[in-house]
Amino acid sequence: MVWHWLSDRDDAFRELAARYEGQTGVKVKFDLYAPSEIYSQRIKAAVQTQTLPDIYGILGEKQDFASFIKAGFVEDLTGVLNAPDGGVPWKDRFFEKALGVNEFRPANPYGVAPGVYGIPLDMTTIQMVYNKKLYAEAGLDPASPPKTWEEFLAHGRVLRDKNIPRFVSGFGEIWMIDALASNWAMNLMGEEKVFKTYEGKAPYTDPDWIRVLSLFKQMADEKILVDGAVTMVNKTAEQTFANERAAFAFNGSWCVNVYKGMNPGLDYGVFPPPALSRAHPMKIWGGAGTSFVVNARSARKLAAVEFLKWLTADAQQAFLSEQTQNLPSNKNVSGQIPPVLAQFSVGMENVTHPNVYPVHESPEVTEAFDKGIQSILIGEKTPAEVAQAVRRVKEKGSR
Amino acid sequence: MNFQRLRNFFGNYIFILPALALFLVFSLYPFLKVFQLSVTGWDGISPQTAFVGLANFKDLFTDNPVFWLSMKNAFTITFLALTVQNLLALFLALLCDRDIRGGNIYRVIFYLPPVLSGIVVGLIWNWIYDGNYGLLNHFLSFIGLGDLSRAWLADAKTALFSVAVIHMWKGFGWGFVILLAGLQSIPRELYEAARVDGASSWVMFKNITAPLMIPVFILVSILTILGTMQIFDIIISTTGGGPGYHTEVPITRILTTMIGASKFGYACAMGVVFGLVLLAISMVQIRVSRAMRQV
Repeated sequence: MVWHWLSDRDDAFRELAARYEGQTGVKVKFDLYAPSEIYSQRIKAAVQTQTLPDIYGILGEKQDFASFIKAGFVEDLTGVLNAPDGGVPWKDRFFEKALGVNEFRPANPYGVAPGVYGIPLDMTTIQMVYNKKLYAEAGLDPASPPKTWEEFLAHGRVLRDKNIPRFVSGFGEIWMIDALASNWAMNLMGEEKVFKTYEGKAPYTDPDWIRVLSLFKQMADEKILVDGAVTMVNKTAEQTFANERAAFAFNGSWCVNVYKGMNPGLDYGVFPPPALSRAHPMKIWGGAGTSFVVNARSARKLAAVEFLKWLTADAQQAFLSEQTQNLPSNKNVSGQIPPVLAQFSVGMENVTHPNVYPVHESPEVTEAFDKGIQSILIGEKTPAEVAQAVRRVKEKGSR
Repeated sequence: MNFQRLRNFFGNYIFILPALALFLVFSLYPFLKVFQLSVTGWDGISPQTAFVGLANFKDLFTDNPVFWLSMKNAFTITFLALTVQNLLALFLALLCDRDIRGGNIYRVIFYLPPVLSGIVVGLIWNWIYDGNYGLLNHFLSFIGLGDLSRAWLADAKTALFSVAVIHMWKGFGWGFVILLAGLQSIPRELYEAARVDGASSWVMFKNITAPLMIPVFILVSILTILGTMQIFDIIISTTGGGPGYHTEVPITRILTTMIGASKFGYACAMGVVFGLVLLAISMVQIRVSRAMRQV
């Protein structure tokens, strides 16, 4: 029994389950619980009733992942990942970044025994996309998306002069704000200083953080965002971009499948968020998109591991990638992906994610930061005011 | 003989046992569990629940301005629903109470919004309120008020009221049905006698309809308050509580605390406080209704 929340992959999963049964005689049942909020509640309720399935996914913060492990509901897969499978260790099949999301290192702040606790099914990166047709209409070079923040603003002004709506993103889902803001924070001040802030050793009122917040103020002043993006869910933002009602979007690699469904003829390209500085690399959120864990209390643990080995083998990964237009976690099949999807895999060496950070910010501070950015975008607060408000929440959490 | 009496005694109770068991398991136990969890720091997953005493409540009352802002937002929407929504429902119920042509069609139309899912209603209104291609902005431009166009749900000045309008649109049908049923239970002879005495429509409403409808008004207002204070599906599907905290309501805060921050204990404390506020409102209303009945 496998529980998941991926409505766009349900058909592919069922097809693979049928193939697995045909090949091995083992019946696998995929149960879909969507949307993800419903799924999260479902698995938390199942923990209390001890009815978790053999294989499932854990959504949310790394802290949630750790709680599941400490409660004894997640099997440590380090041993089986290191054991030879067809001559080479199973872990060698995966991109290193994909496994990192599921790894707990020695002396981690959660008190979890070091090890790898999940198997990545696919990879994802969250970057900028731009509409090549709208670029050409504005007289811009469709092969040259902006590389720097200044270029981004300059291209935006050209688009504005041609009455082309510029930037859309699902900023109603505040984690997307968090992703973009942390990309810029790491580019401007480097990972170390960002982590120092999370640790409470540097304040959010530091000029570098104010500068990051000021980027959103500049966005508001230049009216770069399409009206309503501040409270827009990402699905609506995806529709807006797919319908060519915005030249730029900030979105994850899953959008390739989404845009294909909404507008198969959409001509677009991918580029990393425009850089502010050359001092530090532009980190982008990504890594394992979807991971499955094995229920440590399942009576069919070994069978579950065998199924996951089969699911992440070359043929199945190629099938999943082809069917769902997601980047495979298996590096052997990365050469078989469509060109646009391949653009999302460029810069994989700079991929990061809160789940692999050595320190983590509290959800309260993250919410205050992201909601503060919403306030900046609607012109209600200044970057300095937001920085002060976030600092207060941070200080409260430290007490 | 004693055995017979005992059998009769327990025999009676056996009939209510299924209902009692359901009540205990699905109502009383969760109710008490929320109180128990509210004094813990439980994360929703761990088998252990650390006792924290009244720390959650202390923080909620002294250091959680966002929760109280969400309460204020819910009160604002509730006030609008109590007044605008219910007046509209009463007005339409009064119209349909007269034997107008196609009255049944109107009843069906007015009752349609409440049966739709809040999420669906939210998505429909997202499109109506859209800043770029929304129906409302098109209409405003059409009638020469294009200057008022905006992204209604993303503007700090209009977001809360826009959400309130959606809630009222979805909710007025309930009030309409209950008020119409109340109006139709008033004996027609009273109106006929008043008409013979030369009473105007307003006089009949003031002296016959309004006094006899007081219990119905109270019922509708209690349902409106309890239903509106617990609004969240429309918020989730339109603004997510934003921009900033402008459309946060208590249930979205409880959800964020519970699911987003994995602070089940704290979220339960919020639930307890919120429940007590609703209880206090209901008690006040019951007292007011008793006083009004005596007038």
